[in-house]
Amino acid sequence: MSLLDVRSVSKHFRGLRAVHEVSFDVAEGGIQGLIGPNGAGKTTTFNMIAGVYAPDTGEILFAGRAIHRLRPDEICAAGIGRTFQIVKPFAGLSVLDNVMVGAFLRERHAANARAAAAKILERLGLGAKRDLPASSLTLPDRKRLEVARALATRPKLLLLDEVMAGLRPTECDQMVAVFRELNRADGTTILLIEHVMRAVMALARQIAVLHHGALIARGTPEQVVRDPAVLECYLGEETEV
Amino acid sequence: MSRASVSLAILAAILVALPFLLGNYALSVATLILYFAYTGQAWNVMMGFAGQLSLGHAVYVGVGAYAAGSLFFHYGIGPWAGVLLAMALCVALGLIIGFLAFRFRISGVYFALLTIAFAEFTRIGFDHLDWTGGPGGMFLRVAQRDTWDLANFRGPPLMYYYAMLALAAGAFALCAWLLRSRAGYYWQAIREDEEAAQALGINTFRWKLLAVAISAAMTAVAGVFFAFYYNNLFPEQIFHISRSIEIILGPVIGGVGTLFGPVLGATVLTLLSDGITEALAAVGWEIPGIKQVFYGVVLLAVVMFLPNGIWPALARRLRL
Repeated sequence: MSLLDVRSVSKHFRGLRAVHEVSFDVAEGGIQGLIGPNGAGKTTTFNMIAGVYAPDTGEILFAGRAIHRLRPDEICAAGIGRTFQIVKPFAGLSVLDNVMVGAFLRERHAANARAAAAKILERLGLGAKRDLPASSLTLPDRKRLEVARALATRPKLLLLDEVMAGLRPTECDQMVAVFRELNRADGTTILLIEHVMRAVMALARQIAVLHHGALIARGTPEQVVRDPAVLECYLGEETEV
Repeated sequence: MSRASVSLAILAAILVALPFLLGNYALSVATLILYFAYTGQAWNVMMGFAGQLSLGHAVYVGVGAYAAGSLFFHYGIGPWAGVLLAMALCVALGLIIGFLAFRFRISGVYFALLTIAFAEFTRIGFDHLDWTGGPGGMFLRVAQRDTWDLANFRGPPLMYYYAMLALAAGAFALCAWLLRSRAGYYWQAIREDEEAAQALGINTFRWKLLAVAISAAMTAVAGVFFAFYYNNLFPEQIFHISRSIEIILGPVIGGVGTLFGPVLGATVLTLLSDGITEALAAVGWEIPGIKQVFYGVVLLAVVMFLPNGIWPALARRLRL
């Protein structure tokens, strides 16, 4: 059964056709990759799922419920957690407080929220930095913080927007391990936009490819990298497969 | 006990004992400090915690003062009922301003302009409202002031001092509690990055309205105090933008978003402004506007050298 069902959604910004008639679904418990060259419409698709933009046409179902008219906070409450491609830490708050803000969605009391947040920070390897101001973190740690905050809302579906970008290969592998564990142990479904092919290939069981706002291929990683349409749109680009 | 709670206990003891050490004039200055500590704390809930800049908080002081003042003036009803009416009216007004702003995505300086506009046209409205005396003002009967008449909030300066101390301490405790609760975390998240806050399931519209409502209700109480302490109300004075600025100067100098900022800022500014008035009187200089120039210089110095306010720097020094 699919947890997320995106049905022929389109989004135009003035004259620009950002996303056109895109359909795909994410199986419950699955890990789905969403790839494509710059400007393919990946983040726009993400933002429609997360409620930042309402699609012009089409619909989005989450666990059978239409969510494409909901606000971002309602979508988060429904069980979809997201990260931002350009990280958005609450700079003036400590690392722990950042994650507590997310944890308060499911825990009304500060003590419980603090305990939940601390546990998540340990899991992401940020435990030692919990009392530092978020503004002092390095970029890789800020990406981890994005993930930690989203996880604190206890999502059924986690939307990851380029969380591996800028990470060194070993850091990237650590993140991959964290998401695998999350998917295996907690059953969290994951939809990830990623440029780092190393991570997509290691994680995703299904991949959808966007190009110029349209879906050009879907399938397993092996199928997708052999697809002529995909090869054509990536031609001339460096892909580390 | 931690250093912080010991210091707090000592401060509380000093404030309770203070009237026995001070003369009448000094007591009135102390009352004024507590008044600005209180209103600063109230404003800080909106700006310091939730990041919503209000430059029109005088509107809540004024509406609160006129609400309770009118009940007393026309019907002889004391401020205990009056404070409820004042809070209800100010919360309603705050919700209207907040609803308009947040519904139509008016934020930042434009939100601040909207708060000024509301204060201004409320002032003009009261100028034309005969029931409250119009521009000529409203004067509350001043009874003999030796005994404590708590029912009508009439009494000696000492009573007003303790009332203001209770309010300031209560506001401090309330804000300390709010900051550690879910509301405090949500407000700070909204202040730091509203989009990220929303993505974490926070209904930012509602939580911002809550901040406005609490801030307005607290400020309304200050208005009631104002009415019964000064006994005369003029729209020109009470709603004037300089009154709104006076409210925000304390927390800005002391430290926006901190608990001690408003208290420290109110103390520093009131003492300095009174000090310079006295000093100038002593040397016989009477230069119009010198007090304002002085305010400006202090404000500039703090913004230049301590952009986060005095308290954060002081707290580091004292290791609190």
